[in-house]
Amino acid sequence: MSFDGILSVSEGIATIEIKGELDASTAPRFHDLIDQAAEQGAVRLEIDARHLDFLASAGLRSLVFARQKMGDEVRIAVIGATEPVSRTIRLAGFDHSIELIDA
Amino acid sequence: MTTQDVRERVDAFPTRRIGGHRVRAGRPFPYGAHPVPGGINFSVYSDRATAMRLVLFERGARHPMAELEFPPEFRIGSVYAMTVFDLDAENLEYGFRADGPFDPGAGDRFDAGKVLSDPYARLISGRDVWGREPDWDDVYPYRAKVLDDDFDWGDDTPLGIPTEDLVIYETHVRGFTRHPSSGVSAPGTYAGLREKIPHLKDLGVNCVELLPVFEFDELDNPRTDPATGGRLHNYWGYNTVSFFAPKAGYAATGRFGMQADEFKTLVRDLHRAGIEVMLDVVFNHTAEGNEQGPTISFRGLDNATYYMLTPQGEYYNFSGTGNTVNCNHPVVRDFVLSCLRYWVSEYHIDGFRFDLAAILDRAPDGTPLPNPPLLEQLAHDPILRHTKLIAEAWDAAGLYQVGAFPNYGRWSEWNGKYRDTVRRFVKGEPGLVGELATRMAGSPDLYRGRTASASVNFVTAHDGFTLHDLVSYNDKHNEANGEDNRDGANDNHSWNCGEEGPSGSAHVRDLRTRQMKNMLGILLTSQGVPMLLAGDEVGRTQLGNNNGYCQDNALSWFDWGLVEANAELLAFTRALIAFRHAHPVLRSADHPTGSDRVGSGYPDIGWHGVRAWDPDWSAHSRVLAWMRCGRHAKGGTVRDDHVYVAVNAHWESHDLELPGLPEGQAWHLFADTGLGAPHGPGPLGAEPELHHPGRYHLGPHTLVILVGRDRRTG
Repeated sequence: MSFDGILSVSEGIATIEIKGELDASTAPRFHDLIDQAAEQGAVRLEIDARHLDFLASAGLRSLVFARQKMGDEVRIAVIGATEPVSRTIRLAGFDHSIELIDA
Repeated sequence: MTTQDVRERVDAFPTRRIGGHRVRAGRPFPYGAHPVPGGINFSVYSDRATAMRLVLFERGARHPMAELEFPPEFRIGSVYAMTVFDLDAENLEYGFRADGPFDPGAGDRFDAGKVLSDPYARLISGRDVWGREPDWDDVYPYRAKVLDDDFDWGDDTPLGIPTEDLVIYETHVRGFTRHPSSGVSAPGTYAGLREKIPHLKDLGVNCVELLPVFEFDELDNPRTDPATGGRLHNYWGYNTVSFFAPKAGYAATGRFGMQADEFKTLVRDLHRAGIEVMLDVVFNHTAEGNEQGPTISFRGLDNATYYMLTPQGEYYNFSGTGNTVNCNHPVVRDFVLSCLRYWVSEYHIDGFRFDLAAILDRAPDGTPLPNPPLLEQLAHDPILRHTKLIAEAWDAAGLYQVGAFPNYGRWSEWNGKYRDTVRRFVKGEPGLVGELATRMAGSPDLYRGRTASASVNFVTAHDGFTLHDLVSYNDKHNEANGEDNRDGANDNHSWNCGEEGPSGSAHVRDLRTRQMKNMLGILLTSQGVPMLLAGDEVGRTQLGNNNGYCQDNALSWFDWGLVEANAELLAFTRALIAFRHAHPVLRSADHPTGSDRVGSGYPDIGWHGVRAWDPDWSAHSRVLAWMRCGRHAKGGTVRDDHVYVAVNAHWESHDLELPGLPEGQAWHLFADTGLGAPHGPGPLGAEPELHHPGRYHLGPHTLVILVGRDRRTG
């Protein structure tokens, strides 16, 4: 599975740009980036999902992991997800603690 | 070392290779497939197999990628367990191949040519998208998969609504939102149902009962619609393939294998809206049918354990569908209990309605048992301690146990006698006043000592006519089912109000509306637990088809256009439900006794006819009224208004003398089914006082509900 994730933190806002597929084999790498963002004390997490091709069951769980890792006060937004990806997140019910924002 | 560091287990490494995979002896519990450190543990029971293989597929592949034989040392008792390492759980499908004797006379039907599904599979693929044509040559059509069972339930806690306070709404998951008029983003799915929670909340129901959601094969129906030539489906789903897996085809995300998450989200959101979730479960038979049916799982793993067999090894057929699950066999008992515990603990389900439940108290040889081990165990199970249990207390072989189901003080029953009595009385059959009284008092003749909430009262259910069709058809019209109208019940106790089917007559339509409201009025003021059929609140019709089990089309789908078209009926139903919630006197758990136990001067229930305190129980009487004394609400622990309900099933009006009220109180009009808009029910709590305090003019085929309380001063 191909996956790429780039973390940048600026003025308390952590941005993780993800590319490729988020599934059971690639999710751990995504989790590492979230761990780093949390360690750097980010108050807002933005996940740039414009190039996220596919989100498997493990990928959905990564969103919950992010919420649990960052804490309730941190705003988490998934930005620019394609229609199939954002639809899957909504229909499976994993959008209740994150913001889904169009690009 | 913090709690985050988990010591590595000394039994988390492989000990040998089988079939090209690194493996070790597995753990027998839990049955099924579960991730363990480094691998997946597989466990399956078979008492009489002579050899067992684990069959592994890459997702969607035609043929297995590996077959691993369980060696003797991987077996404990009759349980085969193996942990396999380095598997990609996400892309895995697994099954079993069991070898053993084919000796039907002895009960064995092993077939090593078949790949068998796991009875404990928690996710099934093969019917991921409803109705999609599969590869009919697939050697393994219903494939077990490994489930990601973690889920963020948030603060979901059991609602714990007392059974006597429930208002149950029975619906089919797909049928509820599949109609194009639903306007939801994923029609016919768990996600779709979730979008309609506002409708349920607004209606006021606090419990939804879902037709079977355990994985089943909707394509399992050989018939076609004689009129259109279109395929008929196994739409209702009373034919379980897999008891631990939610139906993928009911999930918008089923194609991605996310049906468990989507369903859990639905349950979570229903709970947030104050609505409990009950599942219709079918333990009386499986989709394998009799010896001519497919071998999917149970037959190939342990036929003699899972099915009731005659001494000659033939299938007992108490379900009418081909086979009967051997529920009281110790191993099958364990299976059923594990299943129920699983749905309660993992899916937060609040209750179950057991289809053809009389089968659950039959012994392996079919004999009805007075103290059936399964039911006894169920009643005392720790996890299921507060789970609601409802029995359809009959089966398809003449065992009718309404009022006699072995209940251990826990069970409620679908009260078929209530349904028939109310239908017959409202349609105008004489001589039923006495029986109607018994039914609306919670059927103490059947349930004395078991509390009134043992009686689930209903006038309609998925079986039979919808409420609208009950008042629009004298006869069933099931031609579309492809069986020459031979299928479906004949004793519907329906009355078409003067014309069969759609009518242009305002008089007929008016009467039909009134009759529907009469039945709803009786149902929602009766002692016991009321159950409504989805769509009855908007007059849903199946055009006279009273057995819609195979109709996956507009005939059975909820038409949301009716919400506006029949807004008045919806408002009436909503008001009645709100009335029930507002008046605890209607929701006592115990049967009324007809005596004054609190010194109010009134009995807890009093019967009236045209004259107060003088009911007419005679054979030609068609008028009955009852008054519930508000001081007796909830065993006298709560004060409520007095409630008076009168129903006139006669074709002539009657002037009713009303029972007197204490000084300072008066009767107020909540609802009269003969009054159309704008004279709707209520307003709740501010109902208008009657013009004539002591009497009421009740029209033909009409019901009235009055509330007795302090008159407004000034």
